[in-house]
Amino acid sequence: MRSSKRITVLFAAVVILAMAGSVLVVRRLDGARLRAEEDRALYLSDPKLLKRLSLGYSGLMADIYWTRAVQYFGSRHKEGARDYPLLYPLLDVTTQLDPHLVVAYQFGGVFLAQHPPDGAGQPDKAAEFVERGIRANPDAWRLYFNLGYIHYIERKDYVAARDAFERGSRVPGAHPALKLLAAASAQQAGTPEAARLLWSSVYESTEDQSVKANAARHLIALRVDEEVPQLEALVQRFRDNTGRMPSNFHEMVAAGWLRELPRDPTGLPYVLRDDGRVEVQSPEGLPYITKGLPPGYQSGPVGIKLQK
Amino acid sequence: MSSRLASIAYNTYREAVRDRVLYNLVVFALLLVTAALLVGQISIGIERVVMVNLGFTAITFFGVAIAIFIGIGLVSKEIEKKTLYTVLARPVRRWEFILGKFLGLVGTLAVNTLFMALGFFAALFFLVRDFERSDVSLFAALYFIVLQLVIVTAVALLFSSFSSPLLSAVLSLSLFVIGNFAQDLRAFASLMTGVSRWLALAVAYVLPNLSSFNVVSSVAHSQPVPVALVLWNTAYALLYAGAAVAGAVLVFDRRNLK
Repeated sequence: MRSSKRITVLFAAVVILAMAGSVLVVRRLDGARLRAEEDRALYLSDPKLLKRLSLGYSGLMADIYWTRAVQYFGSRHKEGARDYPLLYPLLDVTTQLDPHLVVAYQFGGVFLAQHPPDGAGQPDKAAEFVERGIRANPDAWRLYFNLGYIHYIERKDYVAARDAFERGSRVPGAHPALKLLAAASAQQAGTPEAARLLWSSVYESTEDQSVKANAARHLIALRVDEEVPQLEALVQRFRDNTGRMPSNFHEMVAAGWLRELPRDPTGLPYVLRDDGRVEVQSPEGLPYITKGLPPGYQSGPVGIKLQK
Repeated sequence: MSSRLASIAYNTYREAVRDRVLYNLVVFALLLVTAALLVGQISIGIERVVMVNLGFTAITFFGVAIAIFIGIGLVSKEIEKKTLYTVLARPVRRWEFILGKFLGLVGTLAVNTLFMALGFFAALFFLVRDFERSDVSLFAALYFIVLQLVIVTAVALLFSSFSSPLLSAVLSLSLFVIGNFAQDLRAFASLMTGVSRWLALAVAYVLPNLSSFNVVSSVAHSQPVPVALVLWNTAYALLYAGAAVAGAVLVFDRRNLK
């Protein structure tokens, strides 16, 4: 009896410890997984074959492949990768298995289109991919919106963008912003107003936090791009009036030219240079801005300092 | 103790051989020879890839089939034939019986895999007429298959300790299939939030994680297998199989055999 109890305790301990150990090892295994295998070989890349192999459960298979695409994009993005060789094949397999998985076209298109490291930098392929999604789901207004976004922002093809927004606005139940966007693409193509409307629509229509955050960063950048020239014009007027350059913004506030110290959207005061240029203090915190950058600083999702 | 374990293991092996388990080798050899002859004629440039994929997939499936169909009968057959009583009437502990059975079947599977591997390399040599340095990774893939079989055997043994043979077979096979999607399961779980996330993660970790053992498609393309993966997979297989066998011992030890 005693011996039996001892065996029970001993083997129960083995079960618990071994299971706990296996959990720890799995966590390490995920880290040691074959990156090479992931990057270069997709087990099955032929959607037709996959469809047959899924024995009719292609919807579930598509969900698995979509999750893989998201995980793949997420992990590469986290590493700061600048290429995503498997993204399109994964999206292609996903949507061929389930052509009605609108979310895959919607986000997949954005992932594909955006410039590295925010995306794969394949806007043409992305536009083609979302167009295919529209053919399979002509009633999904979000896809027209995505297509318009890709044409407008990533391809700078304003005519194609207007066409996409217009087609989308005719879909029953479409977001009213599509009509405005179509008009803005036609009349104000390339202007900050049109860009602001587009990014506000992206911000309001998406539930995905990363897409929302990206839209917010663009809206903030637009604000900086608008404020910097305004401030520089004001400095110029000060100079014209007084015959000298203000030494800083405090001086302009004291003289009543400004109500308060001007600050960028991150809360840091703008800096006035000797030659009358206005700069942001920390361009790293303001990706996508095109104005107010220190000389030699290239804007982008991750600021790159080319020279001092 | 070790001699008792060894004799139970050896007898399990002998019984499997007597059951003509190794006949699968004939089928496997036929499959490979046919494939080697055919692939060379109907395809260009992918002979090696097809051979590795086909050969290793066949080795895995034959191995898993044997592990499950013998594994589920390891305990129930002994009870059914009443041979268990003659074994336990001797100074053999129940845990020794379970562990011996497990080791015996793992040994059988290792021998079986060894013969299949020899056949595979012969067929590969016939097809490509040359071995490359990178072919070393083929051994890692074969080793991973054996580790997978160790886990499947342990799981089948665990089920067979408390369930009917048919149900054990279904459950073991299901776990083998689900285990190959373990990575996706964890990915799904990590997308969830709150309690459902923890529950899904717990399930994903309790199920066997077999997806990291499958490196067949990468070795088919002559990609190397990282040493870390070999080490972690070995550790995982030993721990998971250890937990399953210990679980089988716990169940079997409390089972009323009267």
